[in-house]
Amino acid sequence: MRIELIRRPERSTTMAFLSPLLAIVLTVVVGFFIFAAIGVDPFRGLYVYFVEPLTTDWSIQELIVKAIPIILIAVGLALCYLSNNWNIGAEGQFTAGAIAGSALPILLPDVQNFATLPLMLLMGIAGGMLYAAIPALLKIRFGTNEILTSLMLVYVSLLFLDWIVRGPWRNPQGYGFPGSVDFSDAATIPILVEGSRLHLGLVLVIVAVLAAWFLLRRTITGFEISVLGQAPRAGAFAGFSRTRMILLTFMISGGLAGLAGISEVAGPVGKLDVVISPGYGFTAIIVAFLGRLNPIAILVAGFVLALTYIGGEAAQITLGLSSKTANVFQGMLLFFVLACDSFILYRIRFVSKPRAQPSGIANASG
Amino acid sequence: MLKRLMTTAAALLLAFAVGGAHAQEKLKVGFINVGPKTDGGWTQGHWTGAEKLKAALGDKIEITFVEDVKEGPDSERAIEALARAGNKLIFTTSFGFMDPTLKVAEKFPDVKFEHATGVKTAPNMTFYNARFYQGRYIIGQIAAKLSKKGVAGYIVSVPIPEVVMGINSFMLGAQSVNPDFKLKIVWINSWMDPAKEADAAKALFDQGVDIITQHTDSTAPLKIAQERGLFGFGQSHDMLDAAPKAQLTAIVDNWGPYYIARTQAVLDGTWASQASWDGLKEGTVQMSPYTNMSADVAKAAEEIQAKISSGEFHPFTGPISDQDGKERYAAGVVAPDGDLLGMNWYVKGIDDKLPQ
Amino acid sequence: MPVAEAIILTIITASIPLLLAALGELVAERSGVLNLGVEGMMIMGAVSGFAVSYSTGSPLLGLVAAMAAGAAMAALFGFLTLVLVANQVATGLALTLLGLGLSGLIGVPFAGVSGPRVANVHIPVLSDLPFFGPILFSQDPVVYLAIALVFGVSWFLFRTRAGLVLRAVGDNHASAHALGYSVIRVRFLAVLFGGACAGLGGAYLSIVYTAQWLENMTAGRGWIALALVVFATWLPMRLAIGGLLFGAVGILQLHAQAFGIGIPSQFLLSLPYLTTIVVLVIISRNQALMRSNTPACLGRSFVPDR
Repeated sequence: MRIELIRRPERSTTMAFLSPLLAIVLTVVVGFFIFAAIGVDPFRGLYVYFVEPLTTDWSIQELIVKAIPIILIAVGLALCYLSNNWNIGAEGQFTAGAIAGSALPILLPDVQNFATLPLMLLMGIAGGMLYAAIPALLKIRFGTNEILTSLMLVYVSLLFLDWIVRGPWRNPQGYGFPGSVDFSDAATIPILVEGSRLHLGLVLVIVAVLAAWFLLRRTITGFEISVLGQAPRAGAFAGFSRTRMILLTFMISGGLAGLAGISEVAGPVGKLDVVISPGYGFTAIIVAFLGRLNPIAILVAGFVLALTYIGGEAAQITLGLSSKTANVFQGMLLFFVLACDSFILYRIRFVSKPRAQPSGIANASG
Repeated sequence: MLKRLMTTAAALLLAFAVGGAHAQEKLKVGFINVGPKTDGGWTQGHWTGAEKLKAALGDKIEITFVEDVKEGPDSERAIEALARAGNKLIFTTSFGFMDPTLKVAEKFPDVKFEHATGVKTAPNMTFYNARFYQGRYIIGQIAAKLSKKGVAGYIVSVPIPEVVMGINSFMLGAQSVNPDFKLKIVWINSWMDPAKEADAAKALFDQGVDIITQHTDSTAPLKIAQERGLFGFGQSHDMLDAAPKAQLTAIVDNWGPYYIARTQAVLDGTWASQASWDGLKEGTVQMSPYTNMSADVAKAAEEIQAKISSGEFHPFTGPISDQDGKERYAAGVVAPDGDLLGMNWYVKGIDDKLPQ
Repeated sequence: MPVAEAIILTIITASIPLLLAALGELVAERSGVLNLGVEGMMIMGAVSGFAVSYSTGSPLLGLVAAMAAGAAMAALFGFLTLVLVANQVATGLALTLLGLGLSGLIGVPFAGVSGPRVANVHIPVLSDLPFFGPILFSQDPVVYLAIALVFGVSWFLFRTRAGLVLRAVGDNHASAHALGYSVIRVRFLAVLFGGACAGLGGAYLSIVYTAQWLENMTAGRGWIALALVVFATWLPMRLAIGGLLFGAVGILQLHAQAFGIGIPSQFLLSLPYLTTIVVLVIISRNQALMRSNTPACLGRSFVPDR
């Protein structure tokens, strides 16, 4: 028996709606068996993992804090991917933004006024944009594969961060330990709910999501993005500039990643440190796909993924599970989403006997 | 009479209630760790300590040991989650947890926090560390005695004071035997990357070093030493199993006694915020048996160990000059603990430039 | 042993995991499939290989198990990207995540124990040759296997009919399909081979190199392997040279430190990545080089018209 994909005459709206739900259900079902296999009561495991984090104000606030950088980055990446540009170096642009924005409070710690934070955020955006411009320009000028260059730049930026917080930007009063000075209040993102870590970044997220949605649905540029992404040749005939689009989408995604970076250091971290991200730039790629490159859906997807993190930590603390469990759930979730998404465009047909091939050499059963 | 009866009943009820509550309410003790408890190094040392704590006070306490918590903003959530889960004593065992621990400590004044290897305190937060430099002085002496070429290799992770202090102490020990002793230092920027540690060990041996020591966690360097028929020292725990012919001794982390003492203090209500820095004397730092060396060398090592342990000798006793020849401590002056905890300069005789 | 000789020796062994993983990926990419999950397949190879090697005491069985584990991961990738036509970039990333997670769970009982070691094979007489003896004829068996694989893959791709078909599928899947070749099947097999090689590369780290298992022990080598394939312009022989270069940067920076050359280690450590970018640019500037070697359908999904 073999499986055959039949292209649907048009996108299945039912499947488009059902696919992410089905993926989540499948993840939960497999999760049930994984918990059983490693000797954890599956019901309790699933409860601790997926339900408990939603039961207290504190954990919900933490969920949002966790989702903020992921969604910010993912929204930008979605624009990039829609235009068929594969920026997978958001982690590097996040880091570049964090470093660029931190320059102000670290080099000029006495500048503390109403303009400090906005200036930092702008510098962070600029840092991320410039860093994203490297793979974009290399692709435009030399046709260099952007997947590989943007990825290589991630490692370079992390090593640079490591060097700068151990060297030139190290806190002189820090006993020689790595890390910059603590940022002043003027250089810190305001908290939205007193006593929590929920910060203004949430507003930035909502603005970014709405702006991206508007850009895609209501502007010519948005139209260009999707045309160039889906049918580059048609786009070229229509006179859309591929070059401009590469630069634009990379700069947008880089800028948003940079913004996420500076919001993270000026928010929950509070200073430029050796470790500022547990891989948000990569997680965001998953979120972009989980949200099927739609800004509004990405908002939801970001919270779902943040839940796998927070739930993973809760499972670590209350059930003593390995922190790797969260990776397994995330990988599985993405697999199921990708698999289920196939059914939006294709129907599946099981064929019991190989179909006669035109030239009779091989069939597609593998 | 009735009144008296009622009072008695009330007292009984009260006693029962208090007793019952007491029986239920075990002290919850939490640990937040940066690595897995099976890392064979740092986190495993704390896990062993927690196991000893459980063995000693297991009927009065309940331990939560959280592994693999990333440094940075996630650690603050993990620490707060432990506090919210009712843990009244929380040990955070990596330097990077310092600021997050402090932030959570401010929010939970009735929870006691203890942060390993840090420098910050609060009324309900203290830091603790172990005087590993004491062991490093001893192995420095052993290295100088056994090295035929008068040069040792040192595999290190990241240039924080704890590491620099260790290098200096090792060198001072070596110089006390051979004033011209040389040190080749290789930074690998990671606490745990067996393949890279192995590469570093090979590079050092290839450059003619015949003894290595490490401030990284895996057994890979010792295994390379064993393959080459050369020698090295174990880190964090006794690594003799991994390299029975290569390990000379190991500096062993033994947090058990400290964890037991501090937990007992909380149970007794005598816990106070006091920075603690125990060493060989208290048993927090231990030396595993001196092997693969002559009886003379082993005996000398035991002697200096005893002297350091008793306080008769301090490794950082002047005269000590830095790399540039500037005198840091005059003859007979002992470096204060504060200086050691913030050490960011090399002693004279080290060629390496401290990474900035 | 003179220093230069010893350095070359360590460079060779350091480059083996990169070379193996990259060689597998090269074949997959030649067939038109971009699998970004190399890191995930490597780490699964590392853990499964070590688990079997440790439990059975046979490193050979361990290596076989590692290849099987890598291939199993690759099969998952192949099913999603080839059968269900999912996006290759996203699926590859998911594979890496899943691999890092699963390996962590599987590896818990094996953390911190020492596995059996693999002895080096000394080829009689030849291994006594000065300089070349120890470098070429006194290595562990996997080194020989890797060298054989480089020649084997090169021969297969450019000297056999099957290799021609594989390249045709990667260059123009529509034409290959029209000619009656099963694009999906060819690609599936190429992806499986890639997985097996990545698994072997990972197991080299856990079984031969260090004889121990640790979480995340591949430490980003899968990503370097991906860069290496492009660095080599999809040619196996260049891959071998590139592998040695990549290995050399890592080893030489350690030697530079031991010699006391005071360059911040972070800059030295970023060299392989910067080199790759520079090489990528040089290669992509040369259109002739690109056209003749780059699989034109790399990363593009194929659905046969029916």
